[in-house]
Amino acid sequence: MSAPPLTQLGRSRPQAAWHVATVAEVRRETSTAVRLTLDVPTWPGSEAGSHLDLRLTAPDGYQASRSYSIASSAPGGPVVLAVDELPDGEVSPFLVHEVRPGDQLEVHGPLGSFFVWRPGESDRPVQLVAGGSGVVPLYAIAAAHGAAGDTSPLRLLYSVRRPGDVLFADELAALRGPAFELELVYTREAPATWAGPVGRLDKEALAASTVAASARPRVYVCGSTRFVETIAAWLQDLGHAAADIRTERFGGL
Amino acid sequence: MSFTTRGFSGRRREENPRLPPGQTLFDDWPVLTAGPTPHVDTADWELTIQDETGTDHRWDWDGLLALGVEDVTVDIHCVTHWTKLDMAWRGVSLDKLFQDVESEHEFVMARSYGGYTTNLPLEDLLDGKAWIATEAEGDPLGPEHGGPARLLVPHLYFWKSAKWIRGLTMMADDEPGFWEQNGYHLYGDPWKEERYW
Repeated sequence: MSAPPLTQLGRSRPQAAWHVATVAEVRRETSTAVRLTLDVPTWPGSEAGSHLDLRLTAPDGYQASRSYSIASSAPGGPVVLAVDELPDGEVSPFLVHEVRPGDQLEVHGPLGSFFVWRPGESDRPVQLVAGGSGVVPLYAIAAAHGAAGDTSPLRLLYSVRRPGDVLFADELAALRGPAFELELVYTREAPATWAGPVGRLDKEALAASTVAASARPRVYVCGSTRFVETIAAWLQDLGHAAADIRTERFGGL
Repeated sequence: MSFTTRGFSGRRREENPRLPPGQTLFDDWPVLTAGPTPHVDTADWELTIQDETGTDHRWDWDGLLALGVEDVTVDIHCVTHWTKLDMAWRGVSLDKLFQDVESEHEFVMARSYGGYTTNLPLEDLLDGKAWIATEAEGDPLGPEHGGPARLLVPHLYFWKSAKWIRGLTMMADDEPGFWEQNGYHLYGDPWKEERYW
């Protein structure tokens, strides 16, 4: 079966392919996650919010592949991932504990042209809602929005268990400005200076800390299945149209 | 061609011949959906097959079940690299739905409540290869898994098994559906690793 012509799809984009990646930097990001910076000389670039498949190969030929959201989108720049260790995982523990600069692995991508944000595409406000490591593609969107100097209002609501779990904490704080608002929700434990409540989001808090449905924002929600199911249902209760809500889920219920 | 990643030996040695290349066995059942989950009541549900004359062949919930449900046990393979073996499903064979549909067209666009679409060759839906599934693992299909009814085409990657199925439209030519327009393969054979194009 041949690929459909790009004109039929209405938008050209980089062709996904396998690339050899060299690990340039491994940085401890949180107690359970690392940030991997990969040099991929043949990488065609990717849109903010897209993902890739990462493949590891053992000496006997055994392979393991997993999908990861991409935290970067700068054309020609390194490919940045943030990998949270899954208990009992096979690939994420290796990436979190074993991999080091100079190691080589393979990536296939860029993948996905739906859960992406494109600068200048729309004047409508954008609401991002992240649960835990679901922030990775949303951070890519916020960073791309900042880098493009896009003036459409962007707001990120980011739910984490505790302050030490915040991925890209410094970068997100630095992005704050007239066009980007960051709001954190701490579900278990907040910083000592925190004046707000601690606990799970509820519908009222969601309404109070996101762009109102009347402003017709485009909404991106990423997190665990349970998180995304809950948030997406509440957003619809609050008047957001299903067609305005894009979701990305990872893992089981 | 692939090469070795330093220090990686792999932990899960799945030698199962039923595992397509690049897949990992899962016990749980992940949910992947591009938007909010539609909630469709069986009282409001209907399925339509539209042929090339524009004629709609319609079934409501009771009409679907009256065609006769069957039990099938199949393996399912998600493009995001997980596979579940021996899932118990219950549903209505597409052969029964197509008994009364005359069409010269060779392709089908599956359409879902919520707007999702995916394209399939008609021959991949017939001869006992596909079902409108209403139950999985002994329970009615939950909304997050595509309930009340989803397409079940287990020999293709699972994005082809459209959740919240509401219609099938006959097409003269193959045209990409939702994920196919967004980078996924037009056909999606797990054994050939037809994930992306």
